[in-house]
Amino acid sequence: MKNNLLQKVASGLLFAAAWASTAAWAVNDLPGGPGVRQLNLQAGATKIAQEQGWLHWFMLIICTVIFVAVFGVMFYSIWKHRKSVGHKPASFHESVKVEIAWTVIPFVIVILMALPATKAVVAQKDTSNADLTIKATGYQWKWGYDYLKGQGEGIAFISTLDNAQREMSNNGAKGVDLDDYLLKVDNPLVVPVNKKIRIITTANDVIHAFAVPSLGVKQDAIPGFVRDTWFRAEAVGNYYGQCQELCGKEHAYMPIHVKVLSAEDYSAWVADQQKKMAALQDDPSKVWTLEDITKRGEKVYAANCAACHQPNGKGAGPIKPLDGAAVVLDADKTKQIKVLLNGQNNLAMPSWKQLSDTDIAAVITYTKNNWSNKTGQLVQPADVKAAR
Amino acid sequence: MSAVLDSHGHAVGDHGHDHHGAPHGWRRWVYATNHKDIGTLYMLFAFTMLMIGGVLALLIRAELFQPGLQLVNPELFNQLTTMHGLIMVFGAIMPAFVGFANWMIPLQIGASDMAFARMNNFSFWLMIPAAAMLAGSFFMPGGAPAAGWTLYAPLTLQMGPSMDAGIFAMHILGASSIMGSINIIVTILNMRAPGMTLMKMPMFVWTWLITAYLLIAVMPVLAGAITMTLTDRHFGTTFFNPAGGGDPIMYQHIFWFFGHPEVYIMILPAFGIISHIVPAFARKKLFGYASMVYATSSIAILSFIVWAHHMYATGMPVTGQLFFMYATMLISVPTGVKVFNWIATMWKGSMTFETPMLFAVGFIFVFTMGGFTGLILSMAPIDIQVQDTYYVVAHFHYVLVAGSLFAMFAGFYYWCPKWTGVMYNETRGKIHFWWTLISFNVTFFPMHFLGLAGMPRRYADYPMQFADFNALASVGAFFFGFAQVYFFLFVVVPAMRGNGVKASAKPWEAAEGLEWEVPSPAPFHTFENPPKLDATATRVIG
Repeated sequence: MKNNLLQKVASGLLFAAAWASTAAWAVNDLPGGPGVRQLNLQAGATKIAQEQGWLHWFMLIICTVIFVAVFGVMFYSIWKHRKSVGHKPASFHESVKVEIAWTVIPFVIVILMALPATKAVVAQKDTSNADLTIKATGYQWKWGYDYLKGQGEGIAFISTLDNAQREMSNNGAKGVDLDDYLLKVDNPLVVPVNKKIRIITTANDVIHAFAVPSLGVKQDAIPGFVRDTWFRAEAVGNYYGQCQELCGKEHAYMPIHVKVLSAEDYSAWVADQQKKMAALQDDPSKVWTLEDITKRGEKVYAANCAACHQPNGKGAGPIKPLDGAAVVLDADKTKQIKVLLNGQNNLAMPSWKQLSDTDIAAVITYTKNNWSNKTGQLVQPADVKAAR
Repeated sequence: MSAVLDSHGHAVGDHGHDHHGAPHGWRRWVYATNHKDIGTLYMLFAFTMLMIGGVLALLIRAELFQPGLQLVNPELFNQLTTMHGLIMVFGAIMPAFVGFANWMIPLQIGASDMAFARMNNFSFWLMIPAAAMLAGSFFMPGGAPAAGWTLYAPLTLQMGPSMDAGIFAMHILGASSIMGSINIIVTILNMRAPGMTLMKMPMFVWTWLITAYLLIAVMPVLAGAITMTLTDRHFGTTFFNPAGGGDPIMYQHIFWFFGHPEVYIMILPAFGIISHIVPAFARKKLFGYASMVYATSSIAILSFIVWAHHMYATGMPVTGQLFFMYATMLISVPTGVKVFNWIATMWKGSMTFETPMLFAVGFIFVFTMGGFTGLILSMAPIDIQVQDTYYVVAHFHYVLVAGSLFAMFAGFYYWCPKWTGVMYNETRGKIHFWWTLISFNVTFFPMHFLGLAGMPRRYADYPMQFADFNALASVGAFFFGFAQVYFFLFVVVPAMRGNGVKASAKPWEAAEGLEWEVPSPAPFHTFENPPKLDATATRVIG
């Protein structure tokens, strides 16, 4: 009778669950991400992830064997040593031998478990000799990736959840059957296959965690600190993860998408990215007209110089005026270029060499042709480059 | 009439002319200094908080029933998870065990009351404003704290004013816990009846003695961590604020130095309760009493050197990960000893399965599953996969619900005749047990799968692949919740009203201990003169 009741409850629950999730029936397993009703860890695409999967099976089997053995004894006892079957209680209540045995044997088992785990810990903490180093910065609520070292150095972009999916979530995800729901980003992290990728994590605001289960990595991204982890993907494909440290209201909405490409495809991607970045940058060999570069210089002046030299170029107190200054009016434009590149007066006037050649050329041209300064001189980026 | 509601409970021991029956009306409870009344208050308070925390949990499960946001927005969702954790840990589990301690420790050691009766009153009534402030923080501007029950910096620095209310509430609850612990330690060490040596003390008393030391050691550490959070928020310090050179990871070290012993604070008294019930219903003495005491002490000591296993993903050095991994795995040895001892106690006994025994066996069986997932989690490489996923949620609900809560149900059914003077309704007790056991597993077992597959915890919405197991867990959670309402309305309330078969002084055939030497219900005053004990310190001989 009890069994009947159990079955009814169980089938009732299954029915309820199935009814509830009819919307999800159209969803398929996501390669490199979670599967539908998946029971175990995601398939590992790195040696480390496979090792973790192996360790989990190893532990699960040992634990299950112990569990079945121990509770086999208990249920046997429950079956045989009941009052209702007339069993009379024994009177023993200690045994030093038995007690030592069941302290020492588990201790030995624990040591045996620790051995393979130790090997895996050492392997997954070894971030040396990376082929490519990428910084992952957690922001509320997106990821920033900077390629620091290796092929593609200098590439940098921000990766955010697809906005349409965020909207779907707000609308109750009615009728949504996307395999990559809440996992689709605008700019995935792209890396080459079979290369050791070192991920340096940090954060801008609160703690986040960079985690991709199928690659076997999880590393907190901590503001003010840098930590690192690594992976070497063994197959091209897409791998998905999500932020795994509570970081505020949009915690569930900052996924990680790692796109692993073949060496050729990766090179092509890098070349493409570099072309795009170059297009956004100034061409240092461009020859400017006086009008264009003065306009540009006005902006640079307002952003960097006006705080001390004042918008009217007259300076204030110990700050020297630029309006009518000898260096500015000098026919030899390299004099003023040197001042900007190296600073002056023990760096009371600091060095501005971090500005681009174009910006320095522009701001010098602006000061030479503004206020009462009407030299008509035009400084080109090439002049600045030559003076560096 | 039961002692719980009896306004003039008295039987033996009510002979001194300066002792009166229980005071009447509200004064009896507000001015309570009687350990039994205060124990009752603690338990009613804890059950109230269990219900509040349970409602929050059901709101969480309702939102997660299907993918997408239906009921709550992500801000409120984070508040619900945070407050569910804080209320269950600090409002339900801890006070409930203090309630058991208040009721049972003086009865079990043959003392007339707790050592500091007025401080006992104070530590209870301190909790009311603290709990009100904690639960009321939902109505403050910006809502309740939403940084998770672990209150990690620097997310706590972004919280609204309710964070300060939460911190203040935790300070007060901590002060209450420390006072309660001092009271328990002094009572146990000084007020045992002559002849009850330390190694003859009941296991529940032993486990609470060790727990009380743990509490005194770690509650101030928590107070320090949240005070530093408070000064970071308002007074310009930067202990944990990276913007001023602070270290957010230092917060986690301090928090978990509190947090891990806290885990054992919530389970050791449960071990004590189970160690009484299994022998009573196996009609056989507890196997390996001494090794139980040593195992409990070992667990307590080890609990101080494992804290950073909560932090494998923060990026500790290799040696740090290895040390904390080994130390954590070591804890499974004394824990295993306890389970083996209980099973050896059952072995060749003469068992019956009344509700206390059902819950005790359920505890051993299901808690051990939580123990094994704990062992799996202790391995740093596997933890890298499942840290901060639903696997962890499953693990700690297996040890906190199937562990602590089941043990408290077992303890309630076991001692209910002593508290109320009547037997609970056995059929309803069995319904409660099976209903609870099944719905618990339906709720939390699928969470193992979710976590292994990679579903992060504290997520208001999740990828579609996780939908089915979430729906199943939500259905189970509602069944589990209603089981507890049933327990209160159909088991607890009738017993408190005295509806039921009158209980004898010792309703369980083979139960041992001084609490069974006084009548049921236990009179308002017991053991006013130290009892004379037999050689085993379990019987009063005059």
